[in-house]
Amino acid sequence: MKLPLRLARTTMRWAILRTTHHRFSSSLSQKPGAAGIRFPGAVNSQFTNSLTFEHPSTYPALPTYRCVDQDGSIVDKSFSPPADSLALEMYDNMLCVSIMDVIMFEAQRQGRLSFYMTGQGEEGTCVGSASALEKEDVIFCQYREAGVFTQRGFTFDDFMSQLFANKKDSGRGRNMPVHYGSKALNIHTISSPLATQIPQASGAAYALKMQRLTDPNIPPRVVACYFGEGAASEGDFHAALNIAATRSCPVIFICRNNGYAISTPTLEQYRGDGIASRGTGYGIDTIRVDGNDIFAVREVTKRARELALKDGGRPVLIEAMSYRISHHSTSDDSFAYRARIEVEDWKRRDNPITRLRKYLEKKGVWNEEKESAARSRIRKEVLKAFAEAEKEKKPAMRSMFEDIYEDLTPELKSQMSELKGIIERYPNEYDVSEFEGGKESLKP
Amino acid sequence: MSVLKNSISRGGGVRLSQYLSSPTTKLAPFQRLYSSTPTSARLNIPTDFSTTPILHHSSQSALSNHELPPEIRNGTTKRMNLFQSVNDALSLALAADESVILFGEDVAFGGVFRCSMGLAERFGSERVFNTPLSEQGLVGFGIGAAAEGMKAVAEIQFADYVYPAFDQLVNEAAKWRYRDGAEGRHVGGLTVRMPCGGVGHGALYHSQSPESLFTHIPGLRVIMPRSPIQAKGLLLSAIASNDPCIFMEPKALYRASVEQVPVGHYTLPLSKAEILNPGTDLTIISYGHPLYTCSAAIAKAEQDLGISIELIDLRTVYPWDKETVLESVRKTGRCVVVHESMVNAGIGAEVAASIQEDKETFLRLEAPVMRVAGWSVHMALMFERFNIPDVARVYDAIKKAVEY
Repeated sequence: MKLPLRLARTTMRWAILRTTHHRFSSSLSQKPGAAGIRFPGAVNSQFTNSLTFEHPSTYPALPTYRCVDQDGSIVDKSFSPPADSLALEMYDNMLCVSIMDVIMFEAQRQGRLSFYMTGQGEEGTCVGSASALEKEDVIFCQYREAGVFTQRGFTFDDFMSQLFANKKDSGRGRNMPVHYGSKALNIHTISSPLATQIPQASGAAYALKMQRLTDPNIPPRVVACYFGEGAASEGDFHAALNIAATRSCPVIFICRNNGYAISTPTLEQYRGDGIASRGTGYGIDTIRVDGNDIFAVREVTKRARELALKDGGRPVLIEAMSYRISHHSTSDDSFAYRARIEVEDWKRRDNPITRLRKYLEKKGVWNEEKESAARSRIRKEVLKAFAEAEKEKKPAMRSMFEDIYEDLTPELKSQMSELKGIIERYPNEYDVSEFEGGKESLKP
Repeated sequence: MSVLKNSISRGGGVRLSQYLSSPTTKLAPFQRLYSSTPTSARLNIPTDFSTTPILHHSSQSALSNHELPPEIRNGTTKRMNLFQSVNDALSLALAADESVILFGEDVAFGGVFRCSMGLAERFGSERVFNTPLSEQGLVGFGIGAAAEGMKAVAEIQFADYVYPAFDQLVNEAAKWRYRDGAEGRHVGGLTVRMPCGGVGHGALYHSQSPESLFTHIPGLRVIMPRSPIQAKGLLLSAIASNDPCIFMEPKALYRASVEQVPVGHYTLPLSKAEILNPGTDLTIISYGHPLYTCSAAIAKAEQDLGISIELIDLRTVYPWDKETVLESVRKTGRCVVVHESMVNAGIGAEVAASIQEDKETFLRLEAPVMRVAGWSVHMALMFERFNIPDVARVYDAIKKAVEY
């Protein structure tokens, strides 16, 4: 990509001098009769006399790990399921997200909030993986991970404040709906540009590793980073996995492969064996898991966490397979590019909520009565939080100018009073009553 | 002699002939492939860095700077060029704070411009390290590290190659604090260093000065030092700053500019311009390398036209020190802005607009605000000396402003 221009002759000389004693591999020449040269770029490659291209189709697709089948029966005999209390908690969290999704999707359709994105079909991936992380672990999300927030303790009030961008929204009314974030829960605030969080997760993981090296009293921590299979086509995905591998960062990359990036099916997204097949190319431990099997996701994430912390740290890639049952967002009608029957089929045939429900019912810890009680309780809780959040005032207008820099710059102070002046001179043009403190908050 | 000086001033002592080997033909006389000036020149004489008033040639003058803390002013100085002062600053930052990490392409062996020489050996390969060749990756990595409390100093090998990281800088680094709101997290620990500007033969991709692309982004601080003393003080400020900083180092000055640099840890204020040379009849505003050109043009113009010119170094180009600039122009009534990068929508456009927008300053103007900057072209190899503002062009603008 670039011309490595050395701008000074002495620099050039220095470079050669300095690198010679670093060239461990490249300085080795071929020994007579050796099976291969230790090329610096591939030290273990053997010579071959057969001119053969590697063809992806000769490799079997990576298998998908599952421990519970579609009927809710355990198929991995070596797997020990979590305690019923935890399984019920995870089930409840999946229900919470899915019920909230339905209500908020409708609310957007009624024009009561500007935008929403549901995560139907992916509750298992989110809740299951989050349940295997420690609360000190740092999380980066894409946007379809409400289940991660719920599992870590984000409340309906928190969700609703953000969705309605009211004065209790910790994002201070600046972000689109579903761009949640929480310092207390160690989840970085979501941003819309896809895949940007992936190299950031590598850097954050490196920071955690360095901080523990400096202070061994800090517990070992990992970073978990979520993204969709579409985002994995971005350059940032490549950059992130490569740098995480070369710097040995304790990071778990969790790809939600749900078959679609808005309207684009995976056939138009990539031609390799999904996202997982790329992991080994970067030298990263990789696994594919059934995203509709919440126990499998949890188990895989638990093991990945142990692996990520081993020997000073390393990245791990998990590809969780699922199907995006929901539309991409409230701005999308997915039946424009896929058959309704296909969606209905996935919804009915296999989804993470019904699979865990079958397991719980088989164990006798869940039944129809409990199900309907839980559903009605959750619905009430959501609607209560919804109504309260909708009533709340919007954040103070000065929040528009703050947090650009650590302190307000003279330019920002003057623009703040300029806006206040405009509102004062044209009072009929602006309704500022819904904002906390009205125009007075614009006093620099 | 003048030919030699010539090559040092713009070219940093580089000869492309080192890449050419021609055993059969003798190339004599050797035709220079980079910018040079005719011997008849009176204005366009290459900068003599050993005498320019821009640099502090004595320890006494270096320590007389009132912006320096008392303990530094009572200390000593060391002769350094700009890459050595950057190295000194990085070394002090790494020594002072364990959370400082330094990384980029080829940083570990000392960097292609020697700015990180000896630092990996001294501070360990965990803190000073090479990254894979991916600008978006290494800036994203730096943002993530800063988000988790590190002071991440990332190097982009040339400013010309920052564009793959543009998304990370614009959409992520600049907006982090804003979007996190009351949660209060930020990536102020991030400093992105990059060599910039013309060097005599850098052509399209080793010459760019993209500062105005960054000054259009709220949330970033954009800094460009003019000298070794500044490079050290401003870089230490950038690293200490709780806002993400873009630190642009004029690569032509890495070896060429040498001065007495105060020993020890000191910072210089960000977003604060510096009046280099007080005057009453005209204000010149610039930053980075062209300040040497301006200084030479001022000397000639003052002598020829019998006027007194005030020279201002912006130092931080965003958020910039509007007050110092307006105050100066209110006093002088005339203003010329000089920068290397393209004139269109450059720093000069913002400075000129702010001057005419300020009622009091507008009323004091006695001539239009003039801009001397790169033409609206790419940096072509053979034409660099006609593109970068030279002494004649600055002199001409001064003359036009005074005679208006």
